Amino acid sequence: MTFIQKTSLNHGLISCHSCHLLCRRNSSAGIMRCPRCGAGMHLRKPYSIQRTWALIISALVFYVPANVLPITTVISLGKAQSDTIMSGVIYFIRTGMWPIALVIFIASVFVPVLKLLILILLLISVQRKSAWRSKDRTRLYRITELVGRWSMVDIFVVTILVALVNLGAMATIHAGPAAFYFSAVVVITMFAAMSFDPRLIWDTEASSHG
Amino acid sequence: MSRTIACHECDLLHRIGDMPQGASARCVRCGALLYRKKNNSLDRTLAFALTGMMLFILSNTFPFLAFKIEAQVQQTILLTGIRTLFDQGMRTVAVLVLFTIIIVPFLQMAGLLYLLLPLKFDRLPPGLPQVFRFVRWLQPWSMMEVFMLGILVAMVKLMKMATIVPGVAVFSFLALIFIIAAMTAALDHHQVWEKWDELR
Repeated sequence: MTFIQKTSLNHGLISCHSCHLLCRRNSSAGIMRCPRCGAGMHLRKPYSIQRTWALIISALVFYVPANVLPITTVISLGKAQSDTIMSGVIYFIRTGMWPIALVIFIASVFVPVLKLLILILLLISVQRKSAWRSKDRTRLYRITELVGRWSMVDIFVVTILVALVNLGAMATIHAGPAAFYFSAVVVITMFAAMSFDPRLIWDTEASSHG
Repeated sequence: MSRTIACHECDLLHRIGDMPQGASARCVRCGALLYRKKNNSLDRTLAFALTGMMLFILSNTFPFLAFKIEAQVQQTILLTGIRTLFDQGMRTVAVLVLFTIIIVPFLQMAGLLYLLLPLKFDRLPPGLPQVFRFVRWLQPWSMMEVFMLGILVAMVKLMKMATIVPGVAVFSFLALIFIIAAMTAALDHHQVWEKWDELR
């Protein structure tokens, strides 16, 4: 059975992305403004695919120094010891604190990679006009939007460590350059998830039936 | 009163009729939450915002964590870590942390107070659409609950090295997380726009 699903796209309507008011589309004007809340109106997020790709690629670039460079340096009685994100995880496993190791591993390594892979999958499937499991792909998108913020946990751990371990010559912790690159990865992937428009997943379905 | 809306995740059109309190409507095609009708949404949100403001002041002024090694004690407040990061030259990271755990939650609460207090007395706050859009834009950047997890991890990490004494601010910060979550959950943005349509 084929029937055309009624969407705002094929009914000459436009939905405000900010207050969700549904309006009749005005084809003559350049940029339409929402009559209720004043937000600029777009049928789909502008340049969604290009923007999301650009942000993903920058996140991938930053991901390398984020994992290779040290995130903290402990200076204790004249000796300095640097840790990367991964060596921190290994330290927790060695000392038997595997629940903490798991938290850091999931938040700092697993989630950013998963998020980037999901966004890449969504972009490629949208660009190939695939109608494959649209509902599941929308669910994947919802997950990426929800989990991204939790990657910040390692940055917050560093913030607390530098505040507490500040005892002069006895022991001091310094934040390493990876803190900058890693927080850049988190912020960039959050923007990447925001710039992707999940309605693109469903547009192909409507046009292939119509 | 029924109205038509488009699903914000898949664009399918839906007609939504009158719904009982507490009921929610989901998109029939992609399952996105379209609308949830909430009891006394605006009053409850206002109450949570007021409570949150008080906890916010406590969290930022009282001692946060103290770190004890033998005779040395390092007392901190919430801002100490951010200042130390800044002093160590990690300015971008310091600003990001400041933004996500202090500035954004404050602006969310202040913005909602600014909007909901006048609306409570049927007055329109100037610039309602812009302020409300901004408050909603801030939402994903509020990361206090993630910071709380960070506190736990840091405490475990330092446990063997020294004694860590949580201060008043840690507990008010924990309470603030729940209050902000409740405030966000209580807010029914459709009701704000309905009020705006009715009063302007």
